[in-house]
Amino acid sequence: MTVIYNREDKIFRGIVTSGALTSLVVLGLIGLFLFLRGAQIFNDNGLNFLTGTNWTVGSEDGTVPDEFSIGAMLIGTVIVSLVAIVIAFPLAIGGALYLEFYAPQFVRKPLVTMLDLAASIPSLIFGLWGIEVFTTFGERWAVFLNHRLGFIPLFGVEFENFGRSPFIAGCVLASLIVPITTSVAREVYSRTPRDLVDTCYALGGSKWGAIRAVVIPYGRSGVIGGAMLGLGRALGETVAVYLLLNLVFSYEFRILESAGGNVASLIATKFGDATPYELKALVAAGFVLFLLTLVVNMTATTIVQRSTPRA
Amino acid sequence: MSTIAAPEASPGAAPQTPWVTPRPQQLLTLATLLASGLVSLVVVRFTGVAGFDGWAITFFAVSLLLAVVRSARAGSKERTDAIMRVTVTAAAAGAFVPWLSIFGSVIVKGYEGLQPNFFTQDMRTTTPDDFLEFGGAIHAIVGSLLMVLIATVITLPLGILSGLYLTEVRGKLTFLVRFVVQSMSGVPSIVAGLFIYTTYVYGTESFSAMAGALALSVLMLPTVARTAEEVLKLVPEDLRSAGYALGARQWRTALMVVVPTVRSGLTTAAILGVARVIGETAPLLLTSLSNSSLRINPIEGPMASLPTYIFGYLQIGTEYAIARAWSASFVLLVLVLVLFVIARRFGGKDKR
Repeated sequence: MTVIYNREDKIFRGIVTSGALTSLVVLGLIGLFLFLRGAQIFNDNGLNFLTGTNWTVGSEDGTVPDEFSIGAMLIGTVIVSLVAIVIAFPLAIGGALYLEFYAPQFVRKPLVTMLDLAASIPSLIFGLWGIEVFTTFGERWAVFLNHRLGFIPLFGVEFENFGRSPFIAGCVLASLIVPITTSVAREVYSRTPRDLVDTCYALGGSKWGAIRAVVIPYGRSGVIGGAMLGLGRALGETVAVYLLLNLVFSYEFRILESAGGNVASLIATKFGDATPYELKALVAAGFVLFLLTLVVNMTATTIVQRSTPRA
Repeated sequence: MSTIAAPEASPGAAPQTPWVTPRPQQLLTLATLLASGLVSLVVVRFTGVAGFDGWAITFFAVSLLLAVVRSARAGSKERTDAIMRVTVTAAAAGAFVPWLSIFGSVIVKGYEGLQPNFFTQDMRTTTPDDFLEFGGAIHAIVGSLLMVLIATVITLPLGILSGLYLTEVRGKLTFLVRFVVQSMSGVPSIVAGLFIYTTYVYGTESFSAMAGALALSVLMLPTVARTAEEVLKLVPEDLRSAGYALGARQWRTALMVVVPTVRSGLTTAAILGVARVIGETAPLLLTSLSNSSLRINPIEGPMASLPTYIFGYLQIGTEYAIARAWSASFVLLVLVLVLFVIARRFGGKDKR
């Protein structure tokens, strides 16, 4: 069928198309401007910007040179996000399976509403809750982990402080990304063909049997995509991490140590009284973060879209 | 093997409902839960295990033990099933408890500072340490609403256009647009702030509410665009055909039939977008900053908003300052909640 559009329609289609392309343009502009304003830093520091662990503002007379690099923060970003996703993933899967298969009717409805609502709690409030409420519990768990498993380097500490550690920040980030991961997982699980599940029951399978044999394999890729969406959110989280972690510029792999930080909170911390050159370094850091989250999110989107055929 | 008896079909007998859990069994489940809870309380009281978390873990262990004992006579399949039932439920509880805790603590800790002056005064003559009877957050509330309003005015048309492209125009770029919108929803909020800082704030040489609103728009657009698409997809094809059959061109059909049909759904899109960004802090720290007196000029000078208000007073760290931060969080959470409820009301209208 060929459709013939007259001039009015062509104008209309042109306007709509250009409106739809705004998001593409904005996304491109973000990348372009951050790159341009930060280009000098990439030029001056090269790869060292990504691998170094130094954030020194030079002195006015030039005896101490400026040196900016985000290696430690990149590692910190990855570590906090990994802690978050390792904790959040099982909880989210459990939550999704419970809502879809175990919850009694009268519990499910309010919980689903709460799930949607929890996804829109601002991260700032998560951070506030983290320092004012959760830290007490987090420190207790950290002490426990350290005393029982301290021989594993991951759980060892140099100073027995236990507050403001990547572990505690990771726990709070976990509760922050559980809603999004749970709702994607639930969405995917609810698409499991009902007759396959019923077939399992008919063959004498238990509920868990059906879940293990049908539901989980069926939803695997979608759930992984959901987890990656959560990961993307954790990677770019600013205020919650800002409030819960002390910035320390060194490679830190011990998750219970009171040191760490991530790229986003670095930007928020240093922005206020940065020198012009330091600002460029912050913009460059923002560019790196932008690329990192973009890659994670695009991968996640591709996985989710492939696993959930659109109507 | 025993023969299966046919159900008695005597008149007057209660209809059989095998899918409903019988009352005695429900009571038994309830009693088991209560008993396990009590046992865990005793454990917490008399051993080294402490706190709510200790109780919860003990409760989990006791339930797991009970599940194993009860299914001991059945096969291993039943045992696994019982164990997994407890585990999945526990994981779900682990997912939900933090949110309950957040709602609870915001209410408990924010309640104290919520006095009338909180909604009528700003902080221009009040120090953060003053008693909670003085000063308030009206400047932050107004600032938040103003920025969100501007952001909505910017993003709603763009979001609707994006939705119209995907449902009406259906051009070659459909896949790309959908993909970009989805990817854009993952842009870290601080990056959006940095973007506006390097462009708009550089250009105007001033922090302003406008800059804040622009940063929020970047974050809001994907939500609005996606919801608008979902909503426009609900318009039946028949309506479009009817429009064409009446001799209307595509643009008239789109603007006078399709869009009005889902007006309340598009309102939902806007509301969900607002709910998404009203609590964003990081971009505002780079664009609109904060101040302490009520202002309504969005073009010039820093302007406080609820998130930067909370963030700022939390940083001050004294008792009353933190109480103010909690109260502002209470207001913020209530705003999100109200938006959410309204969105549900509106969203329900179109579908049914």
